[in-house]
Amino acid sequence: MKTELRANKDFWAGMMLVAIGAAGMFIAQDYRFGSALRMGPGFFPTILGGMLIAFGVCIVAVGLRQGERIQGKVSLRALLLLPVSLILFGILMERAGFIPALAALVLVAAASGREFRFLEVLVLTVILTVASVAMFIWGLGLPYPLIKGF
Amino acid sequence: MELFHNLIFGFGVALSLQNLLYCFIGVLVGTLIGVLPGIGPMATIAMLLPLTYGVPPVAAMIMLAGIYYGAMYGGSTTSILVNLPGETASVVTCIDGYQMARQGRAGVALAIAALGSFFAGTVCTMIVAMFGPPLAQVALEFGSPEYFSLMLMGLVTAAVLAQGDMLKSLAMVVLGLMLGIVGSDVDSGVKRFCFGFYELADGIGFVIIAVGVFAVGEIISNLSDPEERVVFTSKVGSLYPTREDIKKSIAPVLRGTGLGIFLGILPGTTPSIATFASYMIEKKVAKDPSRFGHGAIEGVAAPEAANNADAQCKFIPMLTLGIPASGTMALMLGALMIQGITPGPGVMTQKPDLFWGMIASMWIGNLMLIILNLPLIGMWVSLLKVPYRLLFPAIMVFSAIGIYSTNNASFDIYLAAIFGILGIAWRLLGCSPVPMLLGFVLGPMMEENLRRALQVSDGDPSVFLTRPISLAFIVVSALILVIMTLPAVKKRRADITG
Repeated sequence: MKTELRANKDFWAGMMLVAIGAAGMFIAQDYRFGSALRMGPGFFPTILGGMLIAFGVCIVAVGLRQGERIQGKVSLRALLLLPVSLILFGILMERAGFIPALAALVLVAAASGREFRFLEVLVLTVILTVASVAMFIWGLGLPYPLIKGF
Repeated sequence: MELFHNLIFGFGVALSLQNLLYCFIGVLVGTLIGVLPGIGPMATIAMLLPLTYGVPPVAAMIMLAGIYYGAMYGGSTTSILVNLPGETASVVTCIDGYQMARQGRAGVALAIAALGSFFAGTVCTMIVAMFGPPLAQVALEFGSPEYFSLMLMGLVTAAVLAQGDMLKSLAMVVLGLMLGIVGSDVDSGVKRFCFGFYELADGIGFVIIAVGVFAVGEIISNLSDPEERVVFTSKVGSLYPTREDIKKSIAPVLRGTGLGIFLGILPGTTPSIATFASYMIEKKVAKDPSRFGHGAIEGVAAPEAANNADAQCKFIPMLTLGIPASGTMALMLGALMIQGITPGPGVMTQKPDLFWGMIASMWIGNLMLIILNLPLIGMWVSLLKVPYRLLFPAIMVFSAIGIYSTNNASFDIYLAAIFGILGIAWRLLGCSPVPMLLGFVLGPMMEENLRRALQVSDGDPSVFLTRPISLAFIVVSALILVIMTLPAVKKRRADITG
């Protein structure tokens, strides 16, 4: 049973660890390493980076030997739209205020699901927005403007 | 008696109107979450953490603990009634619980599950109260080398016993430690791995990682793999078990409690291991094992007791040593730190109201669950009909507001989006994010203790091997690693944790 490399689960897991470990060690070169007696800020990250690379190499080796495939599906739609909904929320919180940010978050998040019933989502948006304003702004007193002038 | 004195003090704290209210809110929200499939206790606690900022520490911890065991309880309710485990720990309860429900004995199954859990909870409250103080007393004597080795042992056992590939779990612990480094170094003030973002100077917020990986990541994976839920509700029937039922359940509840306590103290074991193991034991000791799978009451009583015992004993290392034994406990530890409390053996002496109040509240919370939930079962079941497509946008709203309100910074929101994507990538690659979270929580403390230990010993790393307690921790960690790599054990581990 030979899995092609691009679907090899352990190969990619190991490569990810090696990459993070190597990047960590590389960046940590800018920090003073110090000695065991006086550990500098670079000491711990360098050691951890080395460990990550070591683990990564072992896992890559396991992957090449066993060739287990990546399993499970990921809905590209959800993978794209959910982070986008958060990013929109972040931008609108700064530019437009609490209500537009929430509305955008709910609308885009709801669109990442399999079914999208427009009327239902509209009602949901209104309910969640009203409930959040009542709970967080009036109830808990968070100091966010409901709506900002552009 | 010191013990009773302390417990009475704890009940005094827990019975204050405010704390009772938060305990009530906690178990109510917890049950709600437990009933709704698709949101686990990890995601809930992560998402609700920011709500506790303005709440006093004792009340906050009482509420979070309530969410935790409330969720366990809610999970078993749906297992029995509709054959849907709300939480992974209640998968086993489905087997016989649902069969009992189909025979019209759902009420009895629910009552036995509740009473078994309550019994286990009572025993565990006593265990925590009895063993917590001496353990903390010992830990107060620890120096930096002991602390470092203890954390090492905690992380190693947690990684080794966690679900999934052991090598990857260990690597994820290291990755978590690495993420914990981000921010200003306490010693030198150097900003590490900040990439020029001043928002990272205080480190990556705990809530950001927790919500990103466990709430957002969970939603993405739920949406990727939607399973059709057919809700078939059976009648609850009489809630009163017969004398025969009770007689049959006593021994299994006792065994389940014992097993749950034992496994609960070990770091890294999930409640699903405890429930699974206790079900297997009951099947082995039963006179007529063929009844199992056809509505044997022992198959409900024992795993439910084990589940609750395991969940509550996880608090022992968290409260006394500051070592999280599971992902949920890492969140609790994070909540403590957010409240400005340094976790560790000092908590008991410096914050006795927190420690004893929380222990007492667990018992009160368990009682509340019985009184509240048995009559409310109909309401919980109707909640099952809420479709996920309405649920997850609400979770997103809570998560986003929760993260934003921590620092009032949009940067944190963007970071959470990235962690959501990372969470999915890790899941696909078979790398469990839970060990990462444990490493992340302990990382800064580990570095600090390593630094201090080496300073005291003039840079000689043998200090970890020459101090007896530290040596013991190191030896145990090494032993666990060796045992787990033995081929026979490795295979069995794969069978159990899947």
